[in-house]
Amino acid sequence: MIDFSIIFEQYKDGITIAIYGTAIFLIIIGLYAVLLKKHLVKIVIGLSIMDAGIHLLFVAVGYISGGTAPIFSQGNEGSAATMVDPVPQALVLTAIVIGFAVTALALSLVIRLYKHHHTANIDQLKSLKW
Amino acid sequence: MLKKLFVFILLFAIGYYLVATFRSIPLGENRVGDIENPTTVSGFYLDKSPNDLKVANSITAIVVNFRGFDTLGEVTVLFLAATGLASILYRKEEDEEEDDNRHHISHRLNLPSSSLVRTGAKILFPLILLLGIYVFVHGHLTPGGGFQGGAIIATGFLLMLVSYKGFTTNHNVMVWLESIAGLGFVGVGLYGLFAYGSFLQNTGWTGNLNDLVSGGFIPLIYIFIGIKVATELTNVLDTLLNIKPRKK
Repeated sequence: MIDFSIIFEQYKDGITIAIYGTAIFLIIIGLYAVLLKKHLVKIVIGLSIMDAGIHLLFVAVGYISGGTAPIFSQGNEGSAATMVDPVPQALVLTAIVIGFAVTALALSLVIRLYKHHHTANIDQLKSLKW
Repeated sequence: MLKKLFVFILLFAIGYYLVATFRSIPLGENRVGDIENPTTVSGFYLDKSPNDLKVANSITAIVVNFRGFDTLGEVTVLFLAATGLASILYRKEEDEEEDDNRHHISHRLNLPSSSLVRTGAKILFPLILLLGIYVFVHGHLTPGGGFQGGAIIATGFLLMLVSYKGFTTNHNVMVWLESIAGLGFVGVGLYGLFAYGSFLQNTGWTGNLNDLVSGGFIPLIYIFIGIKVATELTNVLDTLLNIKPRKK
């Protein structure tokens, strides 16, 4: 079996930059899509991308060098000291479900707006402006 | 143009402060601390989960037992999302005529899928259901659980919905399953309230670590959550895919 803690310690800086960088980059991309895109479906996709970045950031913060999944399966009953933090994973499980609910509800609103105005471009939804 | 500039300045500021914050949080550092005499919440959970609750998957122990009330709220949010989706997309019969730009879309949707897809879907559908049920029944032993198993079952229904044109789920069965699952979750919580003094309190009997029947109420609650999530996600998919005008 490969010992991941050795690999992790060897390339620690690179892995840190890769994981945190990916997560922050995803958040920025999602925010960019939400703020600047004109199509409503693209805005909803931007929200989902931002969600993914935040989840990655959460799980990455809970990682422990050389840690295993926090599951006490047979043969791992006593290895609690080498397990990764279970709390961020439980929170991300909640966050994924809430993210699904938000996406579904937002998409239904997009469908309704498209049917009413025959366009999904936010610049042409004039009746929303005050 | 000016708006774009402002957005880029804002994104740059947010990115800069996120990077600056996470530079001081090293990846892979042990923040759980001592497990035997826990000083952190994570250490407490990792200590209690196998020793007191006898639940192998400590994430399940957190989601269903320690944070069970939060999960009840989460399931409620999912239910509200499914209900809100159905009520937003519900249309009265007279709106249907003004729908002129739907025809080319619905024409493509109405093309029958090939017999290869249909036969494959028919073979795969029960296996996907079986996998989903396995995942949520073993939620306290293996990775996975009610939410994941429910999502797997919903993908099985999605496969049937896209490959069979006239496939619809039985609405009454769905409503009953969802209601029974939701009431079951609340019922287990109320049983804990009356028998042991606090809402969603687990039983004293917990069984052995890594047994299928272990952890008190945790497998029961996760089965309820699995059924509830599966029916809700299937309802969402059914609503989204069958927006066609209803037959009069």
